[in-house]
Amino acid sequence: MVAHLVRLRLTLLGNTLRRSVWQAVGLVVATLYGLSVVTLAVTAAVAGGLADPVVTGQVLTVAGSAVVVAWWVVPLFAFGLDSTLDPQRFAPLAIPRRRLLAGLAVAALVSVPALVTVLGAVGVAFAWVTDPAAVAAALLSAAVAVALCVLGARAVTTLLAPLLDSRRHREVLMVAAVVPLLAVGPFFAWVTSPTRGDGGEVTVSGPGDLVPAVVAPAAELLAWTPLGAPWALPGAVHDGAWGLAAARLGIAVGALVLLVVVWDRALARALVAPRGGRAGGTARGLGWFGRLPATPTGAVAARCATYWVRDPRYATTLALVPLLPAVAVVLGLTTGAGAGLLLLAAPVVAFLLGFAVSDDVGYDSTAFALHVASGVPGRADRWGRALPVLVVGVPLVVALAVVGAAVADRWVALPAVLGLALGVLGAALGTSSVASARLVYPVPKPGQSAFSTPQGATTATVVAQMAAFAVIAALTLPTTALAVAAVLLASVPLSLAAAGVGVATATAAVVVGVRWGARVYERRLPELLAQVRSFA
Amino acid sequence: MTHPTAPPDPAAALSLRGLWRRFGDKIAVSGVDLDVPAGSFFGLVGPNGAGKTTALSMATGLLRPDFGTVHVLGTDLWARPDEAKPLLGVLPDGVRLFDRLTGAQLLTYSGLLRGLDRDTVARRGEDLLRAMDLLADRDTLVVDYSAGMTKKIALAGAMIHAPRVLVLDEPFEAVDPVSAANIRAILQRYVDGGGTVVVSSHVMDLVQRTCSHVAIIAGGHVLDAGTVDAVRGGQSLEDRFVALVGGRQESGGLEWLRTSSDSG
Repeated sequence: MVAHLVRLRLTLLGNTLRRSVWQAVGLVVATLYGLSVVTLAVTAAVAGGLADPVVTGQVLTVAGSAVVVAWWVVPLFAFGLDSTLDPQRFAPLAIPRRRLLAGLAVAALVSVPALVTVLGAVGVAFAWVTDPAAVAAALLSAAVAVALCVLGARAVTTLLAPLLDSRRHREVLMVAAVVPLLAVGPFFAWVTSPTRGDGGEVTVSGPGDLVPAVVAPAAELLAWTPLGAPWALPGAVHDGAWGLAAARLGIAVGALVLLVVVWDRALARALVAPRGGRAGGTARGLGWFGRLPATPTGAVAARCATYWVRDPRYATTLALVPLLPAVAVVLGLTTGAGAGLLLLAAPVVAFLLGFAVSDDVGYDSTAFALHVASGVPGRADRWGRALPVLVVGVPLVVALAVVGAAVADRWVALPAVLGLALGVLGAALGTSSVASARLVYPVPKPGQSAFSTPQGATTATVVAQMAAFAVIAALTLPTTALAVAAVLLASVPLSLAAAGVGVATATAAVVVGVRWGARVYERRLPELLAQVRSFA
Repeated sequence: MTHPTAPPDPAAALSLRGLWRRFGDKIAVSGVDLDVPAGSFFGLVGPNGAGKTTALSMATGLLRPDFGTVHVLGTDLWARPDEAKPLLGVLPDGVRLFDRLTGAQLLTYSGLLRGLDRDTVARRGEDLLRAMDLLADRDTLVVDYSAGMTKKIALAGAMIHAPRVLVLDEPFEAVDPVSAANIRAILQRYVDGGGTVVVSSHVMDLVQRTCSHVAIIAGGHVLDAGTVDAVRGGQSLEDRFVALVGGRQESGGLEWLRTSSDSG
């Protein structure tokens, strides 16, 4: 069974690679990236271990715990990322559950993240190179830790699969996922704030001076949880604290056994419980379609407006909008940067909104065939997609800029911030209008998590996004320069100049972007459809 | 069957000439010539992977042909899409819908994209929802529709602008028998009123009963085309199809596949 499932996994991988060069390139890039991270981590760990084994052990415990948490939590938000080993698919095959369990567990090791984790866990064991007993313990704990990661991921996804089966639950979870993601920054800022009152706004920094204050107690605490216990084991061995080492091993192995039991139960249920059977979503009347003008442009705008609220992939971006200023406030207060950080909220939100439509055709997926078959004019398509962003975005960033300036009590900066925010919104939207007709890249399909990245999409995505970033940065460069100068020098004329240049940039970028985008769109209409079809 | 070098027929609802399309190293459609007479109920049949969907995609402006031309009622589709596309109603196979819209919204969207005014869209949308038996589900999101309901709402969307030619890829797939009968009646009325319908299917029986004309396509070629009676020549369409396409296995073997035999 084990060999079968591993072979199945490798065959699936091989076939995916054969289907597309980009997938192969993406896999290579992902592997190289993972290997470089591992190399860095191992080098740092070994160097640190030679210099100060105690501190290194503490840092490894904290970092290792973070890896385990990532393994357990990320698959929940990235469901659909990898369903090749979905237990449901094995339900008709009548495989004895124990064998299926073992097979799935081993097969789950065949992936880039698992490979990287194994290499990393084994590699950092050599941080204890001065103490052979500790190295042996570290190798043992590496095996336990990897097992905790992989089994934990499987157990959590299988256990929560019934919840994730409901489209509504899934989508609420997806949008809610941005909260913990965004909370990471302020959390670290809060954790580190007692030690750093010097106004640095870097939230995650190296293990420099904050080790004694933060890492040591954190490591001490985590070592008693299943997350950190395996990573803290070699440290205990190194100290000769055999009782402590036994306790940590006990915690880790106990957790492992518990995970296997939970997974086994969940798997048993998944194999007999069919999926489906849920209430459908409804919406009365025509919504935006009844309110916006009855033209192709109005129709596209109405459809996009509806999607901004109803499609979690868009709604996630909207959910970020109220959170970002909150993050800015927390960061500003805890790092000592002050409320001035709030001035950045408006431009950042402007960028998020404008950039969110940069792969709009990719988000449509093959539903875009309707536009192709109907022969929607390029102008109607492009304006329809841009207008909802403008109508919501302009008042929103203006309000954010005003509130930011008020809270920070920096009224001189207001015109500059307004100019920058509007300039960024316009530049991003104009660029998106061209990019979404030219640089289509794979995105999560409709109904998939906004956080699942189609594997292999990486390189094409990075190239497309980098190109768009570069253009937006270039377009807003004059505005940015003026705005930064105005804020630093507290100069009213510079601030007003930034406002003027920003608004002019925005107007020009949107008008030119939409027209150019419309031309590209009309020329490439069937090719766009062929591209999104190839992703499906 | 049309001669390969014959010029496109300006009177035909659809006139395909020398259509080729390659995907990677697989040639999906190799030199398809086909005339769909105006006012016909035209069936396109072929085994799986015969190139039906590819040919229909090229005939409706969804996929650019490598070579060849498509004329819709005399208008060159790929040269003048703005004039040809309004004549066509298209139900593609294997594409998503904008399924975060409700049924009523999706129909409205399809109508407005075609440039209809609000009143026309509302009136026709209502009629189509009733005809497709979807009135009760008008406010349900299409993502929560069953496969058959999804097919029906997509079909309604293809008809809302009253096209002269309807091209439907597998319109009866996953549709229940009652709805299928209703849809056939709607399409028949549409043909009687002067419209042209092209359907692809691999249900021979359905094509033989419903269509006036048929083309058999396999391996990217048109093997035979004409009126249903001419093509089947006294046989059932199914027998004729199997004889043309080949590949029928003698129903020997699989002796072990009997409940009385041992499962080993």
